Amino acid sequence: MWLFDEIVKFHITELEGQVNHMKYSYYPGCTLKTKAKELDRYGRLSAAKLGAELEEIENWQCCGAVYPQAEDEIATKLSAVRTLDAAKQKDQELVTLCSACHHVLKRVNDDMKNNEYVRTRANNYLKLDVPYEGETSVIHYLEMLRDRIGFDTLKAAVVNPLKGVKIAAYYGCLLLRPSGVMAFDDPENPTIIEDFIKAIGATPIKYSQRNECCGGYIAMEDKGAAQKRVDVILSSAKNAGADLIITACPLCMYNLDANATESVLPVKYFTELLADALGVKEED
Amino acid sequence: MSLTNTVTAEDLIRISGVDPSKCMQCGKCSGACPSYDEMEYHPHQFVAMVRKGQIEKLMASDAIYQCLSCFACLERCPRNVEPAKLIEAVRVAVIRQQGMNHMTANDIPEKLDEKLPQQAIVSAMRKYSK
Repeated sequence: MWLFDEIVKFHITELEGQVNHMKYSYYPGCTLKTKAKELDRYGRLSAAKLGAELEEIENWQCCGAVYPQAEDEIATKLSAVRTLDAAKQKDQELVTLCSACHHVLKRVNDDMKNNEYVRTRANNYLKLDVPYEGETSVIHYLEMLRDRIGFDTLKAAVVNPLKGVKIAAYYGCLLLRPSGVMAFDDPENPTIIEDFIKAIGATPIKYSQRNECCGGYIAMEDKGAAQKRVDVILSSAKNAGADLIITACPLCMYNLDANATESVLPVKYFTELLADALGVKEED
Repeated sequence: MSLTNTVTAEDLIRISGVDPSKCMQCGKCSGACPSYDEMEYHPHQFVAMVRKGQIEKLMASDAIYQCLSCFACLERCPRNVEPAKLIEAVRVAVIRQQGMNHMTANDIPEKLDEKLPQQAIVSAMRKYSK
């Protein structure tokens, strides 16, 4: 009986989520304001077309771009907590587009919810009116498409299906792992980006390297190591028959583009294809 | 915490939150590691060497800068040991020392190219300096 109540409660919460939360807090992050403006612009245009309102968090700070794994790192997590608390103040879910921002915000949120050491110290430092305890729900734009708007609704809204285009989904590492915290998709056999590709009328191409790291974080430290990773990924996608590869991450975008040596494949942000399919790409 | 400047296995266990005694040395983490060829010590060796107290070797190795933070080792570990956290703890233990930053702001200009995204610079400074 208890289990039944919990299941009903869960479904009601899910339903409320769908009805009340078509207005979202939106965190663009540093790179979407500079080198990845297209990721941001096409994301906003498409969301508007699909009836989702993205309200940019005011005075947001950089998330730090990499999640500090050390248990005793507190100061490096504070800017993420400020963003999470800003969304909490508006009682909105927090949507992100950049894989790295998403990763940092989701994991810091998990710390604030489940790690008493981090929660206490971060709150002692921030002195918010009400302590932040992980209340905000952090979702990636792709999760918004899948779980809030729905791929069927997206499919129905497509005016320019990308028929015949063979697209390789590049997940990389930050969206999927660690799966216990990210809860984004099956970490070894994800389907969300392939389902997205189908919804916009194109053909997904599966390849073995789609959830392996491109080495973007090491591009400044060891370019050769990054180039090696990029070649493995691009040749894997190319050999599987892909025309192009899509990503949600500006760091992967840079790396797959700038550090390709042997194999070359066009790399695009998934939002650009989304905007194209929805007929809003040329609006601005 | 010790009152000397020597980093101990206990320090690394505290910083990382990792319990190396859970490791059964199956090597799955190292098999999954995309940086395997680049690393002098591999993820399963980090765990074993911390357990044995061979900290100086790890702190002196370039392997701590070769980890991509991709979490493949952590995801695929059947015992939830989370080697990535231990590698980061060793790196942090090194760069927290006076004058031991691996990359500084002065190193950035020569590494810049037109397309380099801001997050690459921010994350490099986060990973390699304190």
